[in-house]
Amino acid sequence: MPCIEIENLTHTYFPGTPLETTALRDISLLVDRGETLALAGATGSGKSTLVRHLNGLLAPTSGRVRVLDGDLADKNFRRRLWRRVGLVFQFPERQIFSGMVYEDIAFGPRNTGLAGPALRDRVSWAAEAAGLPEELLYADPAELSGGMRRRAAIAGVLAMRPEILILDEPGAGLEPAARENILRRIIELQAEQGTTVILITHHLADAALYADRLALLEKGRLTAVGPVAEILSRPDLLDTAGLEPPFTVELTRRLAAAGITLPETPLVPIEAAKLIASLLVPGVAS
Amino acid sequence: MLSGITMGQYLPGRSPVHRMDPRAKLAAAALAVPAVLYSSTWMTIAAVTIWLAAVAGLSGLRPGIYWRSMRPLWILLLLSFVVQALFTPGEPLINIGPVDISEPGLLQGALLLWRLGILLVLASVITFTTTPLQLTGALEWLLSPLIRLKVPVREMAMIINMALRFVPTLFDEARLLLMAQQSRGADFTSGGIRERVRGLAPFMVPLLTNIFRRADDLALAMELRCYQVGAPRSRMNELHFAAADFAAVAVTVLLLAFVLGCRVLQVAKVAS
Repeated sequence: MPCIEIENLTHTYFPGTPLETTALRDISLLVDRGETLALAGATGSGKSTLVRHLNGLLAPTSGRVRVLDGDLADKNFRRRLWRRVGLVFQFPERQIFSGMVYEDIAFGPRNTGLAGPALRDRVSWAAEAAGLPEELLYADPAELSGGMRRRAAIAGVLAMRPEILILDEPGAGLEPAARENILRRIIELQAEQGTTVILITHHLADAALYADRLALLEKGRLTAVGPVAEILSRPDLLDTAGLEPPFTVELTRRLAAAGITLPETPLVPIEAAKLIASLLVPGVAS
Repeated sequence: MLSGITMGQYLPGRSPVHRMDPRAKLAAAALAVPAVLYSSTWMTIAAVTIWLAAVAGLSGLRPGIYWRSMRPLWILLLLSFVVQALFTPGEPLINIGPVDISEPGLLQGALLLWRLGILLVLASVITFTTTPLQLTGALEWLLSPLIRLKVPVREMAMIINMALRFVPTLFDEARLLLMAQQSRGADFTSGGIRERVRGLAPFMVPLLTNIFRRADDLALAMELRCYQVGAPRSRMNELHFAAADFAAVAVTVLLLAFVLGCRVLQVAKVAS
C-alpha cells in the first residue's frame, strides 16, 4: 500500500536564470506504508532535494507526487504536510533555539495545537523514544553533550507523531555506539507505530542493518531501487553512484575473486564470520 | 532577486582589463570620475565616451551585459533627466500643460543622463572585471599611507575579506534553518507584527548562536596560524605593475588633462 507515489519528478532550482540547476531528473518511486527505505548517493545527487518535497517544503517543477492522501500540486496541502511528515535535517541540534530542552521539543507539537497535559505527555514520550533521560528535559541544551542534543532535536520531530519520518544522516558526527542507539530506537518506534521511515545515509552498512529497500541516486537520477541485499551485491551500481559497499559485501566479493564463494552475502561482520567459519570447519552451523 | 546579471557581480575572463593590476584600475577610475563630471563641451564628451567605449571593448564582455545590468536603474536615470529638464530655467521650447521645457533644460537633462550613464558603466567595468578580493587588496594598498595616521586600514581590509567569504555561507545556513523550523510548523508569514516578531525567535536565536560559534572558531584558527591584528602580511598573488597598467593610468591622466584644459580655456560649452 503505497503512501508515497512519485511519478517523473523533476526539480529545477532558479529556472530561467544563470544559476539554473536541475537537481532531480525524472524520478519515479513508490514507498509503501510502514517500510524503511534507505536513500543513498554522493553529495549533490539530489537526496535532500527529493525528501524536501515529501514534507511540502518544495513543489515539483514537473511530474506528479502524491504523499499520503494528497497531491503536492495543492499548495494548501503542502503547507499542512509538515504535521504528518517529519523531516529531521542533518545536524538537527543546530536548530535548537530554546534555553530549555522541554520547550524546544514542545515547539513542534505546540504548533499542531497540542497543549496542557496532553502536550506534557507527548514531550515526555518523545524524549523517552529518542533515548533522552527524563531529567534532561529541564536542562539547558547548551550544557548537554552533542549526542544528547542530537537526541533532543530528534525528539522534537518525533513529538509530532508523524506518519512518515525522514531522517537525513541521523548519525552524522556521532560515535558508532550512539549512532547505533539512535537508529535502533527509530526502528523500534517504527515497529510500534507503523511509521514509514526514509533514511538518508552514506553508510551502506546502516542500510543493510535497518532498511528494507535501498534507492540509489546519482546526479539527480534514480539509478536503482530494490531490496537492500540485492542492490548491495551490485558493486558496479554502487561505484557509479560514488558509494563504497559495506565491508562485508566487499569482503565477499574479494573472497569470490580468490575462488572462495560464501553461501550467501552477509550484511554484517558477525554473519560473515559465521559463514567463513562454516566453510573452514565443515559441520559448524552458520 | 536573481534575475539576469546583477550589478556589481564579478564575471570571470582573461581580457586585458581583467588582467590589469586592480590598483591601476581603481586609480584610473578615480581619475576618470572628475573627467566625466567636468566634461561639458562636445569635444570632451566625445573624448570621454570614446575612452569608455574602448575600455568596455577591452573588457571582453558583450555590450549587452552592460545594458542589462543597468536595466533596474533606468527609471532612476529617466527620472533624473525629466527633473533636470523641467526645472532648468530658460526660454520655453515645448509646453506640456502647466509645465515648460526649455532648450537649456533638455541639454542639461541630456548631459546629466550621459554623466550618470557613463559613471554606471565605469563602475560596472571595474566590478565585472575585478574580484572582490582584488578590490579590497587594491583599496588596502591605496589607503596604506593612512596607517601612519593610525587608521586601521589592514584590519578593515581583513574584515571586508572575511565578510565576503562568509556572507554566502551564512545565507545558506539561514535558508537551511528556515526550512528546518518550517518543518516543525514555524510560520513566518502570518499574524500581526507582534506575533511575527515573536515567531522569529526559532530562526534568529540559532542563527546568531551559530554565527558566534563560527566567529569564535575562526578567531582561534587564525591565532593558531600566528595571525596578529594589524601586522603586515604577504599575499599569495603579489600585485605587480606592468606596462599596461602605467599606460592605462597615463591615458586617463591625459584624458583628465584634456577635459580640464578645455574647461579652463572656456571652449564652447554644451551646458554647464
